[in-house]
Amino acid sequence: MNKHIRAFVVPVIAVVVFLLFWEWLVWFNGWPRFKMAAPSDLPPAFERHWPLFLSMGWQTLWRTVVGLFLAVVFGTLLGMIMGFSRTMRDALYPLLVGFNAIPKATVVPIVALMFVGQHDFNTVLLAFMISFFPIAVSVSIGLSTLEPEYRDILRSLGASQATIFWKIALPKTLPEFFGALKVAVTLAFIGTNLMEIVSPHGRGLGALFDSGRTNSDFPLMFAVLIALAFLGIVLYYFVVALEKIFAGWAERAPG
Amino acid sequence: MQNLIEIKGVKHAYQTDAGPLPVLDGLEIAVPEGGFVAVVGPSGCGKSTLTRLIAGLMKPDHGEVWLHGEKVKGPRSTVGMAFQNPVLLEWRTILKNVLLPLEIVPSKLTRKQAEERARFLLSLVGLEGFEDKRPSELSGGMRQRASLCRALIHQPDVLILDEPFGALDAFTREDLWQTMHRVKEREPFTGVLITHDLRESIFLADQVVVLSGRPARTQYVLEVPSRGPRTLDDLYTPVAAEQLNILRHQIQIAQGRSPAEEGAE
Repeated sequence: MNKHIRAFVVPVIAVVVFLLFWEWLVWFNGWPRFKMAAPSDLPPAFERHWPLFLSMGWQTLWRTVVGLFLAVVFGTLLGMIMGFSRTMRDALYPLLVGFNAIPKATVVPIVALMFVGQHDFNTVLLAFMISFFPIAVSVSIGLSTLEPEYRDILRSLGASQATIFWKIALPKTLPEFFGALKVAVTLAFIGTNLMEIVSPHGRGLGALFDSGRTNSDFPLMFAVLIALAFLGIVLYYFVVALEKIFAGWAERAPG
Repeated sequence: MQNLIEIKGVKHAYQTDAGPLPVLDGLEIAVPEGGFVAVVGPSGCGKSTLTRLIAGLMKPDHGEVWLHGEKVKGPRSTVGMAFQNPVLLEWRTILKNVLLPLEIVPSKLTRKQAEERARFLLSLVGLEGFEDKRPSELSGGMRQRASLCRALIHQPDVLILDEPFGALDAFTREDLWQTMHRVKEREPFTGVLITHDLRESIFLADQVVVLSGRPARTQYVLEVPSRGPRTLDDLYTPVAAEQLNILRHQIQIAQGRSPAEEGAE
């Protein structure tokens, strides 16, 4: 079989088999719609609520992206501080680990109370809080593990710290950065949805999910899950595309 | 004749948790312009510290390092460096890697001239046709060759080589030794080579300095008179055997073992 056909056909077959199995499971057990949805229930659910999916999906998407953007800016700065200064790393690392260890679901009510009614701000804040950690850690590790010879090559010519950062440290950290960004994308979605579901305020796909829950509308709930997965995949591959452009050199040629 | 590199009474200690750890103690090295000195000694005797001192990356506690009749106070752009790890930038092509120093050091060359010079150096070390490849596509020996070109691109008067061939297999290493002679003929420089390989030291250098064990001082200096461009055959002459014997003997002393003891072990 041709390599390209295989790369395309095999995953498609796997998905189809999975969907058929799911359909069969629901049919075989005779589960009603208020207990479980089958794949065949999803298209009608999407059709019925299509305008809602579009508007709510957009709200979830932009708030996630803004939160992620802030996480990239803040995480990179924090990573740079920790990567360049040992003292700052010793000072900040325990705080960072402690902060990361707090389950963010418990932060939702606090944030919602602190900034009552500022739903967009709250949601962006949570997406940000949950996703900056891997970025900060990877950037700091990338910078602090730079082999001294790399520095020496430029320093022996009289290059400044800033030059060394731009010419060597930053590009060298990019593969780690993008690895972390892929994790952060997924995390940011979790943050957005936590806020939308735990502190319902009628916006975003989380709200749509919540309304499905109150009505025991399983087809709607599953349709929301699929929509969320779709957005997550789109954003993930957007990051992969950026990675190819900026850190494509890190990918070894096969063989 | 004035010496291009002069190291006078250099002492240096690293501060560790267990107190100061002296690594260099009374180092004396002098290299005339165009000379090539090899520094050999037991592991951990401070050879790499020496390269950092010459490059101006650190200052000695005592003593002085002079380059070109000027006391070294900090990094200077007239130095080129190559290490055991070729440290090529993976995101740049080989050509762009070689051109890197010219982005730091002010140069009279135009962009086009710089590129021509880089291509010339690459062809000199046998890397013609690899200009647009990435470092990951090259073998270890080829990367080391590229690293050599990078160290030479800004026409440094001092080339510091810190065990550049240490990680290569024996045949590749011998290839590179010959490349070094070819390069030095076309691109004269004053060289400092740190190495563990005694054959390498007498093949490349015209002066071999043996350092004592830590803290290192100059223990012995072997002059290797040059008889024109060397070939690998020169390594298998009685003269070379005699030189290697002397060096081996000195290293044993540096390691704190007398040759007689070794026989008894």
